[in-house]
Amino acid sequence: MAKLPPKSMPLHSTPAAADGQLNTHTALPKGVMRWVLTTNHKEIGTLYLLFSLSMFFVGGVFALVVRAELFQPGLQLIDPEFFNQMTTMHGLIMVFAAVMPAFTGLANWMIPLQIGAPDMALPRLNNFSFWLLPVAFTLLLSTLLMPGGGPNFGWTFYAPLSTTYAPASTTFFILAIHIAGISSILGAINIIATILNMRAPGMRLMDMPLFVWTWLITAFLLIAVMPVLAGVITMMLMDINFGTNFFNAAGGGDPVLFQHLFWFFGHPEVYIMILPAFGIVSAIIPTFARKPLFGYTSMVYATAAIALLSFLVWAHHMFLVGLPLVAELFFMYSTMLIAVPTGVKVFNWVTTLFRGSISFEPPMLFALAFVVLFTIGGFSGIMLAIAPADFQYHDTYFVVAHFHYVLVPGAIFAIMAGAYYWLPKWTGHYPNERLAQWHFWLSVIGVNLTFFPMHFAGLAGMPRRIPDYALQFADFNMVSSIGAFFFGTSQLLFVIVVVICVRGGKKAPAKAWEGAEDLEWSVPSPAPLHTFERPPKFERSTS
Amino acid sequence: METRQQEQEKAVKRTVVRSIAALIGMFAFAFSLIPLYDVFCQVTGLNGKVSKRAQQITHQDVDDSRYITVQFITRGSAGLPWQMDVATNQLRVNPGQVSEISFTFMNHSDQESLGRAVPSVSPSEASQYLRKINCFCFDEQKLKANEKLTLPLVFQVVRELPKDINTITLVYTLYPVDEKEVSIAHGYLGIKGEVI
Amino acid sequence: MRALRYWSTYIAVLPFLVPTASYAWNMPIGVTDVSGDIYRLHMTIFWICVAIGLLVFGAMFYSLFRYRHAKGAKAAHFHENTLVEVLWTAIPVLILVAMAVPATATLKQMYDPSDADLDVMITGQQWRWRYEYMGENVAFTSSLSTPRVQISGEEKRGETYLLDVDNPLVLPVNRKVRFLMTSDDVIHSWWVPELAVKQDAVPGFINENWVRINEPGIYRGQCAELCGMDHGFMPVVVHAIEEKAFDEWIAERKAAAEKEISGIDRDWKLAELMERGQATYEAICVSCHQPGGKGSPPAFPALAGNEQLIADQAWHLDRVINGVSGAAMPAFRDTLNPVEIAAVVTYTRNAWGNDTGDVVQPSVVAEQVDQ
Repeated sequence: MAKLPPKSMPLHSTPAAADGQLNTHTALPKGVMRWVLTTNHKEIGTLYLLFSLSMFFVGGVFALVVRAELFQPGLQLIDPEFFNQMTTMHGLIMVFAAVMPAFTGLANWMIPLQIGAPDMALPRLNNFSFWLLPVAFTLLLSTLLMPGGGPNFGWTFYAPLSTTYAPASTTFFILAIHIAGISSILGAINIIATILNMRAPGMRLMDMPLFVWTWLITAFLLIAVMPVLAGVITMMLMDINFGTNFFNAAGGGDPVLFQHLFWFFGHPEVYIMILPAFGIVSAIIPTFARKPLFGYTSMVYATAAIALLSFLVWAHHMFLVGLPLVAELFFMYSTMLIAVPTGVKVFNWVTTLFRGSISFEPPMLFALAFVVLFTIGGFSGIMLAIAPADFQYHDTYFVVAHFHYVLVPGAIFAIMAGAYYWLPKWTGHYPNERLAQWHFWLSVIGVNLTFFPMHFAGLAGMPRRIPDYALQFADFNMVSSIGAFFFGTSQLLFVIVVVICVRGGKKAPAKAWEGAEDLEWSVPSPAPLHTFERPPKFERSTS
Repeated sequence: METRQQEQEKAVKRTVVRSIAALIGMFAFAFSLIPLYDVFCQVTGLNGKVSKRAQQITHQDVDDSRYITVQFITRGSAGLPWQMDVATNQLRVNPGQVSEISFTFMNHSDQESLGRAVPSVSPSEASQYLRKINCFCFDEQKLKANEKLTLPLVFQVVRELPKDINTITLVYTLYPVDEKEVSIAHGYLGIKGEVI
Repeated sequence: MRALRYWSTYIAVLPFLVPTASYAWNMPIGVTDVSGDIYRLHMTIFWICVAIGLLVFGAMFYSLFRYRHAKGAKAAHFHENTLVEVLWTAIPVLILVAMAVPATATLKQMYDPSDADLDVMITGQQWRWRYEYMGENVAFTSSLSTPRVQISGEEKRGETYLLDVDNPLVLPVNRKVRFLMTSDDVIHSWWVPELAVKQDAVPGFINENWVRINEPGIYRGQCAELCGMDHGFMPVVVHAIEEKAFDEWIAERKAAAEKEISGIDRDWKLAELMERGQATYEAICVSCHQPGGKGSPPAFPALAGNEQLIADQAWHLDRVINGVSGAAMPAFRDTLNPVEIAAVVTYTRNAWGNDTGDVVQPSVVAEQVDQ
C-alpha cells in the first residue's frame, strides 16, 4: 500500500517540449499585444503573478497609511473617514487582488507542468479571467476618488453600514467585486477542467502532487461560495438602488442575515486563501528534507476534511450577534474540530523533517517559517473558537493578530516560498541566495514585530478598526507600526531578487533542486513556452 | 492520439457544463437562503425573529402555578413623526392564558404618512412560545395628519415555554414606509398581504 | 495591584517584553463571576496551546538541527504509519473535548435567563450610547467627553484619553442587571472588558445580556463593531456603586427629570436657551456637524450659513425631532427632552452667524413630541 508522491522519469519529455517549440504558431503577436492576447498558461501565470505582486504593494501602502496614523495616539495624518477607507481597501485588495490572484498565477504556471498537460483546458477563457482583474481593481481603486470617498465599511461590508449608510460609490464597489468574483469562478472552472481531464496518461488522482490536490479542492470551494458572495452583493445592490429590504430592518429585512450569508462565503474563503499554501509547503518540505512526505494520503483527506468543515463553522464570526445557546455550542464545537485535520497537516510536515537530510535554501526557509508562524495563528484560532472567551476577543486586535498570522506568514510566506522554489523553472536562473536570505530574515522579523504585539493590544482591550486609541495601547501600536514599515520596506528586496533572477544569475538545470520529484522538474529550465505537447509517460514510483 | 484529444475535449466540456450547473445552483441557493432562514428562525427562534403571520390560538389549560412577565417596549426611528405607546409596560401572565394589550399610534405631523412597527423578542429562544393571535406586526399603517390610532395585540404564552425563562421582552420599532418603495423584497419575503 | 497580578503570568514567558508601562498585557480578570471564569478559561486554553506548541516546535527544531544536510545527514525513507496517524488524530480530539467541557459550562452560565433586579435598555446611535433605566423613567445619552484639542494634540492627553463620557452608566453592585440592546442606525457593539459583556446592538432587533458586578469602581470600554466615521470615539463608561448609593442616585435623577419637565411651560430667555443649546450641541451634534457647524459634506451638511435651515424654522425643528430616514440624522424625539430640543434648535439658529433671532420655546416642542 505504500505510495509515494508522483515521480517521473527525468527529462523524458524534453523531446516533446522541443517539438512544441518547433510547432510554435507562426504569427505570434509582438509587444504588448502578445501579452494582451496570450492564451499560454505560462504567460498568463506570469501576468497573474505580476498583477498580484503590484497589488500586494498597493494594499501594503494602504496598510502603511493605517499604521502611520496609529503610530501614536491622536489624529495626526488622516481623518477617521479616510482611515476607514484605508482599512477597507487594504483588506479588499489583499484578499481579492493579492493573495487570490497569486495562487491562481501559481496554479496557471504549475498545474499543467505538474500533471503533464500541454496547457490549461480552456486557454482563451484563461486569458479572459485574467483580464477581468485589472478592470475590477481599477474600478475599485477609482472609488477612492469619487465624491463621498470609497468603501468605508470594512472588507466584511456589514449591512446596514454598507447599504443604507454607505457612500455613493458603493454601487461601483459591488460591480468591482462582481467582476473579480467572475474572474475567480472562471479560473476555478478552468482549473477543475484541467485537473480532472488533462492529467498525463497513468496519473491517477492519488498520484497528483499536493499542490494540485489542494488547488482542486480550493477550486471546488470557489465554485461553491463565490456565487453566494455574488448573491449577497446583488442583494445589497438591490437594497441600495431598487428599494428592496433584504437587510433593512425598517422594511422587515434582517441585518444579521447579511452576516450569515457573508460568512457562509467568508469562511470557506479563508480556506481558499490557505489550502493552496498547504500544497506549496507540502512540495517544498520533502524536497529540502530529501525525504518523501510522511503522509500523502492523510494530507489529501485532511485537506478535504478542512474544506467540508469550512461550510459548517461560519457563525463563529458571529458569536456576538445574539445567537441562541444551541447555535453557539454547535458552531463552537464544529470550529474546534477544524483543529484536528489542521493538526494532522502540521504533524505531517514535522514528521517529514524527522530523520531527513535538511538544507536551508530560501524556499525551505519560508516554508519552515510558514509551519511555525501559521501554527501560532492556529493556536490563537483555537482560542477564538472558544465562544465564551470570544466574547472578550471578538473584534479586538487579538483577532487582527490571529488572521494576519495565518495570512501573512501563512498565505503570503507560502507564496514567497513557492516563488523562490519555482523561479529557477520560470527563469532558468537561481534567485540570488544572499539577497533571498536577507529578504527572509527581514520578513520574519518584520512580521513578528508587526503582528505579535497586536495580541497584547487586543487582550488589553483595543477594538479593531479605530483610528485613534487610549493611551494604554500606545507602546504596542508604536512597535506594530515600526514593524509594519520594516516589513513593508523589506518586501522591495523581493522585487530586486526577482528582477535579478529574470536577468541572469546562476544557471539552473531541469531538476533545479536535488530532492525535487514532481513532473515540472522533467522539463528544461527555463520551461519552454510549450511543454508536454506530447503527453509524458507517468510512472508511479514504488518503494 | 487524435481520439485521445477529442475525448479530452468532450470530457472538458462535460466538466464545464457541470461546474456551471453547480454555479447556478449555488447562486440560487444564496437567494433561497432568505426564505429558508426565515423558516429556520421561526422554528428555532434564532435572532428573536417573530412570525409574520398571525397564529392560531392554542387551547390550553392555564398554568396557574407559573407567572411570566411580558414586557412591552415601543421605539421610534428617524424620519417618521409618529409616537407609538403601549397601554402598560408589562403584564404578568400565566402560560396558556390569552391576553390583550393595546398600542396607540399618533401622527404628530400635518401630513399623512405610512409607518410600520417591526417586532423583536428577547430572549430569542422565547419567540416561538409567544403566539400573537391578533397583531399589526409588519403591517403598514396609514395615519392622516394628527390622527391617533389604537390597535390591540392579542397574545398567548404557550405552556411549552422553557422552565428557566420567566421574562419575555417584546420590542416594537416604528419605521417609516416609503410610498414609492418597490415591493420586490416584500413579495419575496412574504410580508405583503397578510394584514390581519 | 490587579495589573501586577495580570502580567505576572506573562513575566514567566516573556520577561524581555515587559517594559516600564503600568498597564495590562492580558485579558482582565474583571469584576464579575463570569469575567473571572472567562479569564481562567482563556488562560487554560492558552497554556494548553503553549504546551502543544513547545512539543511540536521542539520536535521540529530538534529535527532541523539534528538532520542537517550540511552535517552529512542521510535521509531515511519511511512514510505512513497507521498507528502514529490514528494517535495524532485521536489525541487532539481528546484535548479538544477537555477544552470544550469548561467552555460549555461558562457559556451556559452566560446564558442564564433568570430574573434581573434592574433592566437597562442600551441603544447604539452614531456615535454615542443611550441608556434607559426601564420602569424608572430615567434615561440619558452618553457621549465622548474627551476634548477635541486632546485628539488633535493641541493639549496634553489625559490618562483616560478617549475613554471619558459626559454621562456614565451608573449601576449597582451585587444586583443582577439585564441589558437589552438595540440600535437606531447601524450595528454597534457594547463592550466593557472588566464586565466581560460584549454584545452587538442590531437595528430593529433586540439582544440581551446581563451582569452582576462584584466590586464598585469605574469600568471603561468602547464600541467594538465598526459603525462608521466615529467608531473609535464611542466609549462606554460604567460607574458601579454600592446599592444604597445607587438607589439614592436614581431617585435624584428621577426628581431632576421631573423638574426639567415642569419647566417646559414657562417662557425661556434666548441667553438661557443658547447656553443650554451649546452644551447639547457639543455633547450630541458636534461629532457629525463639527465644531462651528461646519459639517462634513456630503454626509453631514453644514449648519452654519445653511440657507434652508435659516429660512424655515418648522423644517429645522422637524429634522431634529423626527430625523431623516436612511441617513445619519437620528430622531431626537425620544432621546432629548423638549427643553434640550428647543435649546439646541435655538442655538443652531443663532450661533455662527446664523443670527435669525428666533427663540424656540420648549412648550412648542412639547406639543410636537408628546401626545
